[in-house]
Amino acid sequence: MYFTKDLLKQSKALTKKWEDQVKRLTQKNADQKERWSTVSDLEIKRLYTPEDIEHMDFERDISVPGEFPFLRGNQPTGYRGRYWTFRMFSGMGTAKETNKRWHLLLKEGQTGLSTAFDFPTLMGYDTDSPIARGECGKCGVAIDTLEDFLQLVDGIPLDQITTSMTINPPATVLWAMYCAAAELKGVPLKKIGGTIQNDMLKEFIAQKTFMCPPEPSVKLICDTIEFGTKFVPRWNTVSISGYHIREAGSTAVQELAFTLRDGIEYVESTMKQKKLDVDDFAPRLSFFFNSHIDFFEEICKMRAARRMWARIMRDRFKAKNPRSWWMRFHTQTAGCSLTAQQPYNNVVRTAVEALAAVLGGTQSLHTNSLDEVLCLPSEHAVEIALRTQQIIAEETGAANTIDPLAGSYFIESLTNTMEEKAWEYIEKIDDMGGMVSAIEKGFPQMEIADAAYNYQRQIDKGEKVMIGINKYVGDDKAPIPLVEIDEKVEEEQTKSLQAVKRKRNGKLVVESLNSLKKACREGENVMPYCIEAVKNLATVQEICDVYREVYGEYHDPGLF
Amino acid sequence: MERKIRIMVAKPGLDGHDRGARILARCFRDAGFEVIYTGCHQTPEQIASAAIQEDVDLVGLSCLSGAHKYLFPKVVELLKEQGAQDIAVIGGGIIPEQDFEQLYKAGVKEIFTPGKSLESIVEWIRNNIAVH
Repeated sequence: MYFTKDLLKQSKALTKKWEDQVKRLTQKNADQKERWSTVSDLEIKRLYTPEDIEHMDFERDISVPGEFPFLRGNQPTGYRGRYWTFRMFSGMGTAKETNKRWHLLLKEGQTGLSTAFDFPTLMGYDTDSPIARGECGKCGVAIDTLEDFLQLVDGIPLDQITTSMTINPPATVLWAMYCAAAELKGVPLKKIGGTIQNDMLKEFIAQKTFMCPPEPSVKLICDTIEFGTKFVPRWNTVSISGYHIREAGSTAVQELAFTLRDGIEYVESTMKQKKLDVDDFAPRLSFFFNSHIDFFEEICKMRAARRMWARIMRDRFKAKNPRSWWMRFHTQTAGCSLTAQQPYNNVVRTAVEALAAVLGGTQSLHTNSLDEVLCLPSEHAVEIALRTQQIIAEETGAANTIDPLAGSYFIESLTNTMEEKAWEYIEKIDDMGGMVSAIEKGFPQMEIADAAYNYQRQIDKGEKVMIGINKYVGDDKAPIPLVEIDEKVEEEQTKSLQAVKRKRNGKLVVESLNSLKKACREGENVMPYCIEAVKNLATVQEICDVYREVYGEYHDPGLF
Repeated sequence: MERKIRIMVAKPGLDGHDRGARILARCFRDAGFEVIYTGCHQTPEQIASAAIQEDVDLVGLSCLSGAHKYLFPKVVELLKEQGAQDIAVIGGGIIPEQDFEQLYKAGVKEIFTPGKSLESIVEWIRNNIAVH
């Protein structure tokens, strides 16, 4: 028990007194509204007291940082040894342009890189593919071949800087390019560090960047986990992501539950398919969460996530290495919480969300730029977003002490509630036979659709407030400059792709693609074949076409 | 009995941001329209031919990737080419105001950007779209 009997008795008596007083006062002056809830519509009480957490066990449920269940953080030293990684997601136009932005960000104090690819790259198509018309360089950088990739990482010390790549269906291809680039620069694979997002389950659930059906998609992920475990030990081969689930409109609890259940699926599949011991690969699994505008809900979600993963790894998978119990995660502030109206307000929203992520103990953070709801971020807007992190780290004192909100009746109680509700979802999905099977039934997709629709209705009715949208609506005082990607980028990129195609050794390309195809058919690990193919300047699409041919294509069932 | 307005909500291009499209599809259904939702990753050709085949009155395109300047006019053009200019096309997503004029000129009837209430979009449809 968390409190002494005497204290609980005292607390009960005082709480009763307080309740009577509240009753009296609210009869005279009614509250502004009847129901108070989080942005995810989780009802919140007016006051939390010791009784709300009386059943907690200190050692079992809370403990200290660096000890099971890691509620308070993985690192015993907190942020004192080093802050979280300031990792701004960026990519635009050509590789050359993005490389320029990266050098600027590093100069301004960013400590890790994070790559945004354009849609053709994300979906495994080349710039000159008819289906890619109009998309080149728009949402990120266009990469067709290893030549583009080498340009992207030009002047970046790959043995010192870690790079995250938001890439999913073609993750094997882009990671192969990174490995090949390291090799060409003389950096051994065991020295490079970074992350590929490589989380396909959340694509089917939320982000909708898919290529092959769920089962072969998971197989490719298991390949990368195995290859990383054996040859690239500092690489995070999956970033199990709740971010996109949340952006698609889920609640915080759904984000927590579906993300962890996706993680469970990857662990199970890797153990089964690769015959690896859980402790061989689990320490390199990483996570990625959203930090939305509801401050306390986000902090509690992150705390609950750490505790749940530790319990899953120790109890469900019998992992023995404490590092396997760690949930290490990156956080991005919520794009969907920003407004195109009165866009400067977005700086404030992002600052609050970033602070929540820090108090939730994130290892890495991207802060959105104020203009991201309108266009790709301008240099100035990115700088403000990066400075937001630096102010939180170095001015506010938020990093002074570890998990400063622990022990709060409210924080611990809400953390427990979110954990309980997330377990319910996880059990339900277990009963369905796992996440792949739940996805085939449309379960997580429809849960999210319901939540998103409910939220939009609440906004329309004014039950939930977005300043500038349904309250305090007014003209924008200062319009912001919009970054636009020149349509000429597509032309340029197509030309350079054609030039590469002309100069490369066609015979070697065909041979390496055929070997890859054979490896796919025979169930071998694709990574060595993929690296060989990119070195021979096979394109992203050529490699992905092999996957499409062997594994088939997945099409959006269009649930709503 | 009078036929209901038939709407196709479509996601052209490679963009997977479908939150808005799916919310609108559901909202249109709740408002009493007949709704077809294509799902993500449709080419303009697929959208135009599906719209004709399904005999819809309105196509609502959603794009958040920045490729609207190519994709939206292309759908309008393909409908016209196939003699289906009576099918109205509207669009939404992340569309900078500076692009509106060009899209209107290309034949897109209306653009809805973030922050518009569902109700206002339904009302626009009731006022501007007739069963053909």
